[in-house]
Amino acid sequence: MHDILEKSGFNPDANYKVVGTSPVKTDGYDKVTGRAKFSADAFRPGMLIGKVLRSPHPHAIIRSIDTSKAEKAPGVKAVITRDDFPEKKAGTGPGDMSRMVIAREKVYWEGHPVAAVAATSERAAKKALKLIEVDYQVLPHVIDAKDAMQPDAPILHDYLRTKGATGPDAEKPTNVVEQSVLKQGDIDKGFAEADVVIEKTFDSKPMHQGYIELQSCIGNYSDDGMVDLWCCTQAPWVYRDRLTAIMDIDSSKIRVEQSELGGGFGGKTTFYIEPLSIALSRKAKAPVKMTLTRAEVLQGTGPVSGTHSKMKVGVKKDGTIVAAQSELIFQTGPYTGSAFVNAQQAIWTRYDIPNVETTCYEVVSNRPKVASFRAPCVPQIIFGAEAMITELAEAIGMDELDLRLKNAVAKGHTTIYGQRFDEIGLIETIEAAKACDHYNSPVPEGQARGVSCGFWFNRGGETSGTMNLAPDGTVSIMLGTSDVAGSRLSMEMMAAEEFGIPVDRVRASLADTNTLGFNRVTAGSRTTFSSGMVVVNNARQVIGELCRRAAQMWNVPEDGVVFEDGLCKPASSNVGEFEPLSMKDISSKTTYTMGPISASSEMNVTGAGPGFAVHIVDVEVDKETGFVAVKRYTIVEDAGKMINPIQVEGQLQGAAVQAIGWALNEEYVYGEDGKLQNPGFLDYRMPVASDVPMIETVIVEVPNPRHPYGLRGVGEVPLTPGPAAVGNAITHAIGVRPRSLPMSPPKLQALMKGVG
Amino acid sequence: MSKKLHVEFTVNGDEYDCLTEPHETLLDALRDKLMLTGTKEGCATGDCGACSVMVDGRLICSCLMLAAEADGAKVETIEGMAAGGELHPLQQKFLDMNGLQCGICTPGFLVAAKALLERNPNPTETEVRFWLAGNLCRCTGYDKIIRSVMAAAEEIRGA
Repeated sequence: MHDILEKSGFNPDANYKVVGTSPVKTDGYDKVTGRAKFSADAFRPGMLIGKVLRSPHPHAIIRSIDTSKAEKAPGVKAVITRDDFPEKKAGTGPGDMSRMVIAREKVYWEGHPVAAVAATSERAAKKALKLIEVDYQVLPHVIDAKDAMQPDAPILHDYLRTKGATGPDAEKPTNVVEQSVLKQGDIDKGFAEADVVIEKTFDSKPMHQGYIELQSCIGNYSDDGMVDLWCCTQAPWVYRDRLTAIMDIDSSKIRVEQSELGGGFGGKTTFYIEPLSIALSRKAKAPVKMTLTRAEVLQGTGPVSGTHSKMKVGVKKDGTIVAAQSELIFQTGPYTGSAFVNAQQAIWTRYDIPNVETTCYEVVSNRPKVASFRAPCVPQIIFGAEAMITELAEAIGMDELDLRLKNAVAKGHTTIYGQRFDEIGLIETIEAAKACDHYNSPVPEGQARGVSCGFWFNRGGETSGTMNLAPDGTVSIMLGTSDVAGSRLSMEMMAAEEFGIPVDRVRASLADTNTLGFNRVTAGSRTTFSSGMVVVNNARQVIGELCRRAAQMWNVPEDGVVFEDGLCKPASSNVGEFEPLSMKDISSKTTYTMGPISASSEMNVTGAGPGFAVHIVDVEVDKETGFVAVKRYTIVEDAGKMINPIQVEGQLQGAAVQAIGWALNEEYVYGEDGKLQNPGFLDYRMPVASDVPMIETVIVEVPNPRHPYGLRGVGEVPLTPGPAAVGNAITHAIGVRPRSLPMSPPKLQALMKGVG
Repeated sequence: MSKKLHVEFTVNGDEYDCLTEPHETLLDALRDKLMLTGTKEGCATGDCGACSVMVDGRLICSCLMLAAEADGAKVETIEGMAAGGELHPLQQKFLDMNGLQCGICTPGFLVAAKALLERNPNPTETEVRFWLAGNLCRCTGYDKIIRSVMAAAEEIRGA
């Protein structure tokens, strides 16, 4: 880690001028006038249009693919199949990635890409797709993870053996990728100490990230071997390195350029059409633009894991939770990568429980490969876990927030996965929830209330960035993380605070992969935290350099110069009488000193502060139809110190409405034929403005001591308790516990009739 | 190849013409022929409102109208909203009140909200929510969008 940052953690006494305010975000102007350039808004001279042929079957062997007729069709410049990609070993990282992009031996889900065409128009490309002849040997399919675990289930991969399995079945072909146990204490002893033990099962269906921007890209493979890829992505460098892994192209020859990102929420951390556009371009010798349709987004890109879970929790009469045992099943699509470990670690992390055992299974089945979504795998598991906490409180007659408070983790707690918590704000958050207006308002007639508590780790990781001081004294920042909701502004604000200058004198831009060192995915709520560290470190390097230049110009020792409010000043009268030098005074004369002033930082950022939230929700349930109206919603969350409060609020509010959608409506519906029945926004119904109320926020600020501005990530925490809070509210409304996400009207109707 | 149709219309007061195939939508024509990419495609089925434009004073999803149908029409898009270089009060309020996050749905919301305020300058929160129910946003949870529209309405009424 870098010296400049190590010397200064968070300073609680600092008086900020920019941090903590809410200026207008600079990228907003182009977004309200229609000028912002999202992925589909780009065109290149000579560009062709690419389209994908997708499997109509959920599971089949590809006997042969005949593209000869398509190749001869009018306007067609290239047709690609599996043969245009190097074969990577099945079951390895590159092998799975390559086969997800384009099917090789088998198709594994309805919508699996089989071939692609580049033509002079979209219409010509679509017509050519119909001329491609694929000979399939259709196989039995399996959609649900529990069904896929049965002994007679269709097997997706003959080579798969369960990692972590023991016993006679360990060497048999299976759909269970991994069996994993995380435990501490003595679970039997724990339950023996409990006065009340509750055991329940839950399940959840996959939902989609639901970004409004369809993935679009332009791939260009030049004859000199250079690849240019324009696309919307949360991970330009990861795309580059994965292109190298599946296409055998040197990373130095690939430049990934990110567009404005029209929503991602984790779903744009992995590529789909991007490698196809490059392979088509290589063959067609022209740039190839590809844009997914909404149906393709729903069929072909990552939803979240559907789950089945069984939980057993024991509590003493005094409210001490003594044991928690769970078995969690995660559906991952045809290939591993559900990130179930997040849930295994996070399921009880809010509470100090001595005896815990959590067994996880990751299972393949014939549906699209899952992708990250805001706190991957956690909200759907907390849906059950927080239902259990609420029921324990009711069983022992304790206020449910008091039960959470009594068991809350605090500074010094070591988690089941070995992290020792520094300053965290769970207790402050629960207390703020208890004190807030919503919790203290009587539940309106005909409504019911639910609460729950969530957690996300928050991440750091590899981050690179540069800063340049222009001759006019203004500052430009180059960022490697993507801007999902205003992080450029937060970076500009932190830099302005460091320099003591107005935020308008700083501008941040998003880099392509040739401009900076490696940057991890823009995910894990790491962006403002990690790129913020890089920005602060760069600003402090630039300030150090400004002081050196001033010392040179004045011919005094370096420590004779101090930097304040954008000015280099003599440290004391002993240094001499000099007029302060502005940043411009110095940067406009670098030709007389040591040349341009810039800074670069490459870090593996650590010290992300974990985040906790409590959600409070009031609902009204129509007893006849099972329709749930959300009447009031409050998020109470520890954000650390807020860089930009209005943007923090926005993150929380957006997450709440995603949680409402997941809780009440959103799911992938499959027919007996293994085909997705709702691949469109009419039938895959996300919340609209008339479905939801204003979202109230109560933001607690317990600074993260490991960041110069004390911030914690806020992107993911506010989704984690949402579905559980809605579930608890519905339970209080109808007197029966819904145990299946989404809690849609048909399910609630059945529950109320006693048949659910 | 199907016979192309010659279509003429005004967009934001300027005259345009293009050759369009019979199946092409107004959205396709605006984006791919006229390069007016401020109007977005989110679903192409009329469910998300990202492609909202005004045609002869009516708010429509441009993905549901054929380009040929717009022949002779007066089309208004997001690109024409900042008249004379001045941001419309809705645009300014969306900026000031963080009514946008990623920004992909923003043009559609702005066009739809402007149509609302022209028809009803003093809408209730519920009226705003139901008018904008044809526009999907996945980032904001709608809170700050609704507040921005209400604040812009108030400003316009006071102006």
